[in-house]
Amino acid sequence: MHNFNYHLAADVQDAVAKLSKSEDGKIISGGMTLLPTLKNRLSAPSDLIDLGNIDALRGVVVSKTEVTIKGMTCHADVAANADLQRVLPALANLAGIIGDPAVRHRGTIGGSVANADPAADYPAAVVGLDGVVETNQRRINGDDFFISLFETALEPNEVITAVHFKVPDAAHYMKFRHPASGYAVVGVMVARYGKKVRVAVTGAGPNVFRVPAMEAALEQNFAPEAIANVAVDADDLLGDMHCSAEYRAHMVGVYARRAVAAIVG
Amino acid sequence: MINVTMTVNGREMTGEVEARTLLVQFLRDHLRLTGTHVGCDTTQCGCCIVHVDGKAMKSCTMLAVQAQGKAITTIEGLAAKDGTLHPMQQAFRDNHALQCGYCTPGMVMMGIDIARRLPDADEATIRHQLEGNICRCTGYQGIVEAIKSASAVLNGKQEGGSHA
Ligand SMILES: Cc1cc2nc3c(=O)[nH]c(=O)nc-3n(C[C@H](O)[C@H](O)[C@H](O)COP(=O)(O)OP(=O)(O)OC[C@H]3O[C@@H](n4cnc5c(N)ncnc54)[C@H](O)[C@@H]3O)c2cc1C
Ligand code: FES
Ligand code: FES
Repeated sequence: MHNFNYHLAADVQDAVAKLSKSEDGKIISGGMTLLPTLKNRLSAPSDLIDLGNIDALRGVVVSKTEVTIKGMTCHADVAANADLQRVLPALANLAGIIGDPAVRHRGTIGGSVANADPAADYPAAVVGLDGVVETNQRRINGDDFFISLFETALEPNEVITAVHFKVPDAAHYMKFRHPASGYAVVGVMVARYGKKVRVAVTGAGPNVFRVPAMEAALEQNFAPEAIANVAVDADDLLGDMHCSAEYRAHMVGVYARRAVAAIVG
Repeated sequence: MINVTMTVNGREMTGEVEARTLLVQFLRDHLRLTGTHVGCDTTQCGCCIVHVDGKAMKSCTMLAVQAQGKAITTIEGLAAKDGTLHPMQQAFRDNHALQCGYCTPGMVMMGIDIARRLPDADEATIRHQLEGNICRCTGYQGIVEAIKSASAVLNGKQEGGSHA
């Protein structure tokens, strides 16, 4: 790992100021993605600005209609939150199957969403649960946040302070977990809001995407068989050493049906 | 160089580190606490797990400066002063939960974390909880049994270990 200047930010404003002043600075939250990247010398920032001491950036706020997870909340705290387990168990369960327990003790929602790994879990929640990403500057709709592979709508010196989710009538996240890394080979979040349905897929493509044909079919008939014949085009999906794009396309259907089945019981 | 101070196994420790010094390097190279191992560079194997303020974390993926002011427990901090093993260590011994021993410090530290968080964990849960700890020798059977039996002791559901 190349060396860098280390700063502990006092608050978000301080972090943004330090970030703007640095030559090529980066935020460090849980470090679960950033430090392995630095160890491999895939990146060599001049400065790291640590959000670790900003207690105001930790916590989960649950109301009947909205869930807010502050940026520095670690996955373990999201998974273990009793209010969240009651109001939106799909989100608590999603956080509880990210990586492993030690990763969940450090990795944060802000870091995960900012990083936009195509196989990360949270993006499926941000898009599937009609989320809003809040930064020090603005609020960005979940549908507009993820641009491409590791690319988001964030500006260079923008810091994620919280992510908001709309509480659905029912939702379920079904993940085909890569047996070695834990990341999603395919992950599907299905959520029902009155007559509207959202289907968000992570792991399968270069970034999270919705499946409008499945949403329309489920809005007519919320049952697994309603989407049995909805094909997902493999052309835009990822093929790699783990599996082909065609396999992923097939698995999107399988996992979407399982998620619906879990909701209708 | 940066000055760091943290409590390690109950004692206050101070050292000069570079910003890039990992917590595991500080423990092993500066403090000579070589019980904490490094088995990978991808944050996947769990050999390096220590407790930071009571929670299991991978010390290979944390900067020493990030441990400033925190309380660290390593494998060396578990046994009593007279050498009596911690119930989790004893259970590993009783259940043949190690062969080469390379993964063991991380397994023991994670085992204690599991026992604290999930006192009623069954075998399947323990196996899932070990997803971030890799053992290339044992096949995990003894490790899972050790964690299950030590958890019962630590959570007051069973008297002492079988060794007595
Ligand atoms: C072994 C292992 C297994 C994993 N398995 C999974 C898995 O199954 N599913 C999954 O989704 N993830 C998985 N992860 C990734 C994990 O969830 C990370 O915690 C997450 O991707 C990054 O969060 P972090 O807080 O560690 O961010 P960091 O590593 O600190 O930062 C990541 C990036 O985001 C930027 N950043 C961080 N915080 C902010 C912020 N508040 N605002 C703006 N930019 C910010 C940083 O500058 C950096 O570029 C795994 C990681 C490991 C090591
Ligand atoms: S050395 Fe830390 S996880 Fe492998
Ligand atoms: S005992 Fe050898 S790696 Fe686990």
